[in-house]
Amino acid sequence: MTDILTAKKVTKRFGGLVAVNSVDFHIPEKSIVSIIGPNGAGKTTFFNCITGFGKPDEGEILFEGTPIQRLRPDQITRLGISRTYQNIRLFADMTALENILVGEHAFLHSSWISSVLSLPGVIQEEKMALAEAQRLLDFVGLRNKGDMLARNLPYGAQRRLEIARALATKPKLLLLDEPSAGMNPRESEDLTVFIRRLRDEMGITILLIEHHMRVVMGISEAVTVLDYGEKIAEGTPAEIQSNPRVIEAYLGRGAATEGMSTAHERHSSSKKSS
Amino acid sequence: MKRENFLWNAIKMGLLGGVITIFICLVGMTEIFSKRAVIEKVLTLGQFVLLATIIAAGFLAARRTADLSGRKEPVLGLTAGLVAGLVAGLVLALLVFLGFQVNLRAIFLNASTPLYNLLTFGKGEGYIWPLPLIGAGAGLIGALLLLIPDVYRRPLTRGLIFTFFMALFSNLFRVVMINQKGGVAKAAKYLFGQTGLTVEGALIFFITVVVIAYLWNLRGKEVQARFSRLPKRGQLSLRVLALLLILYIAAVLPTVSGPFIAQVIVTVALFILMGLGLNITLGFAGLLDLGFVAFYAIGAYTVGLLTSYGPFGLQHVSFWVAVPIAVLVAMLAGAVLGLPVLGVRGDYLAIATLGFGEIVRLLAGSDFLAKYFGGPQGIIGIQKPCIGTLGAFVRVDVPRVCNGIELGTVQTIYYVAIISALLIAFVAWRLRESRLGRAWMAIREDEDVAEALGVNLIQTKLLAYILGAAFAGLGGAIFATLIGSIFATSMQLLVSINVVALIVVGGMGSIPGVIVGAIALVGLPELLREVSEFRFLLYGAMLIFMMIAKPEGLWPSTAAKRELHHADAENVTAESMV
Repeated sequence: MTDILTAKKVTKRFGGLVAVNSVDFHIPEKSIVSIIGPNGAGKTTFFNCITGFGKPDEGEILFEGTPIQRLRPDQITRLGISRTYQNIRLFADMTALENILVGEHAFLHSSWISSVLSLPGVIQEEKMALAEAQRLLDFVGLRNKGDMLARNLPYGAQRRLEIARALATKPKLLLLDEPSAGMNPRESEDLTVFIRRLRDEMGITILLIEHHMRVVMGISEAVTVLDYGEKIAEGTPAEIQSNPRVIEAYLGRGAATEGMSTAHERHSSSKKSS
Repeated sequence: MKRENFLWNAIKMGLLGGVITIFICLVGMTEIFSKRAVIEKVLTLGQFVLLATIIAAGFLAARRTADLSGRKEPVLGLTAGLVAGLVAGLVLALLVFLGFQVNLRAIFLNASTPLYNLLTFGKGEGYIWPLPLIGAGAGLIGALLLLIPDVYRRPLTRGLIFTFFMALFSNLFRVVMINQKGGVAKAAKYLFGQTGLTVEGALIFFITVVVIAYLWNLRGKEVQARFSRLPKRGQLSLRVLALLLILYIAAVLPTVSGPFIAQVIVTVALFILMGLGLNITLGFAGLLDLGFVAFYAIGAYTVGLLTSYGPFGLQHVSFWVAVPIAVLVAMLAGAVLGLPVLGVRGDYLAIATLGFGEIVRLLAGSDFLAKYFGGPQGIIGIQKPCIGTLGAFVRVDVPRVCNGIELGTVQTIYYVAIISALLIAFVAWRLRESRLGRAWMAIREDEDVAEALGVNLIQTKLLAYILGAAFAGLGGAIFATLIGSIFATSMQLLVSINVVALIVVGGMGSIPGVIVGAIALVGLPELLREVSEFRFLLYGAMLIFMMIAKPEGLWPSTAAKRELHHADAENVTAESMV
């Protein structure tokens, strides 16, 4: 399998702090890959480097062979990378449907003049955009919620709407930043199924940041562990679970003897309570 | 329940009301407003304002009482209203009493003998005692307004408000109606006095509105239901009929109303144009621009320079050619402003644009550029629009001749302004519904996310500046030809602030909101000349009141409404499922 995304020695600094330190990373096409790590390990910063929010100070990121580290976020999105956010960032005062329509922005071409004149091409394009938005709403299970303001949707629906909006940009690679945050076990289970569907039905490569180990270990084909901005491990879920460096990073020295799965459960539950 | 508490509350409310009445007196409002009647020979506007304040105090005191006791107890409520009114009256009486003893004029310019005469009904020092009594009565009325059942209160308050509005704008209606001659003129003389309404007029208006409002309360739902039961084509034709009626009124208005009202409407239309422009940058895209008048000035100066036959006219092209050029120049200016401030956000953006507005004004009025823009003398002799061919003219001192219809008066430029405003409102509406409009709103909500969804921030923000500037430029162009001359001094910062205020009051991002806001903040003060002296006082009061009571604006944008509809729809389905 070819790699859809390759990061070579990516480094990002904030002043003296090295948030991401010379990380090598790659995602095979049509796979589900997770990044895990303790809080402040640089996971979200790494996400931001990929999506163009924060340009890496050193290194190179190739998306389907194209270097993207100097591109603007909107240009990267047009190439086929889309993302969701750890703390949901919907357009709160716009309706669910409008949120998705904004996601389609890059694929619509009508200029403002033709919109004002309401040329036939514009009408046709808007009709198709609306149909597509409606289809995505249905896909994430929000049929009939299209006219609701995003802010008034329940939490779980907001998460799904954010994914629908990301899908509207027709991504080849979808970055999900803690999609199961704040979900109960049942909802996380549904999410796992949903993420698999994204890959299997739509052929989208998925990169996850996750704290829920059950989710991570359940669906990832490969896991990368970051700690203090450095990649400390990489491999299949089984390999990661038995890697002493990972256990050490999560629990500190001396705790490596404890069982990995219980440790992670403890970690994630303490995360939730904090 | 604590009874002493409710009395104390009433006294507090009364003191507050009293202080406000004193304030109103001391800023000179009472004296100036007293020259105008609400009901002729019965009630002046000055008295009305004081009375209304005390009535409000009584109303609020009664409401607090109801809140405290958890239900509406008539006796307690009325007592509270009475006490509040009495206290307010006493406070006012105290002012008059003090005024007769000590000379307050040294500090408060308006604390003069005429004021005291007004407050004692011209009878002098011995006549202070009615004030607390009147106050108590007003307080009682306020409490009564709260206590009577909703079915009666609504029609009553509507009647009062309508009658008051008729009184405020009585000279307007009077002029229009008297111009009609015959029976209409006679009716005008019967209903309206020199200023304000006649007693008969007030009663007629009040009773009519009360009756209509009462019937509407009883039957309104039914009528609405009947309308929605009509077949689609019937509904449509009714709507078209209403629209035609409005258009007809708009078309004949300037000919029957005379130049003054046409002038006011044109001013409102110009502010609507500016408001619609700023509504794009601020309301849609969320980019605060405090120097918006710059684009207005640029539009005006471009038309001035291109059409003036005064000393600074560069060319003498027709108005119709000059306007598109002015709009283009304004768009260019929008891009010039937009480019450097693209990366600036929030408060910094406000300051940067503020600077831009001032720079344009100062440059236009400066001696440095006086040989191009006329400096403080401004540009004079700007052409009026001409429908038809223009006679050629080359020498600046010879006015050109219009072979056709010249739109030389306010009443004719009225049509240019109104049509432009309607056209631009339509354009703004189409823009909002378009792909670009959605991108603007996304930027307003969350710039970073919008960019991550593929919205090109530079392009989209620049377009917001450019199109906003275009609308304002068009407004400026019409302004220039309306006045016939432009001066840098009329492009004050205050105009920009005015435009921001009208958008906020009307409802951010709402197109009808801009129109309502322009009418409320520009039209009404123009019509009420007495008010103009206190314009900014009332402005400030209104803005504060709006921010507290109705922060979404007088006519909020559709997103909020759509949400309400959705809630309704959900209720309906929930009910039908039960």
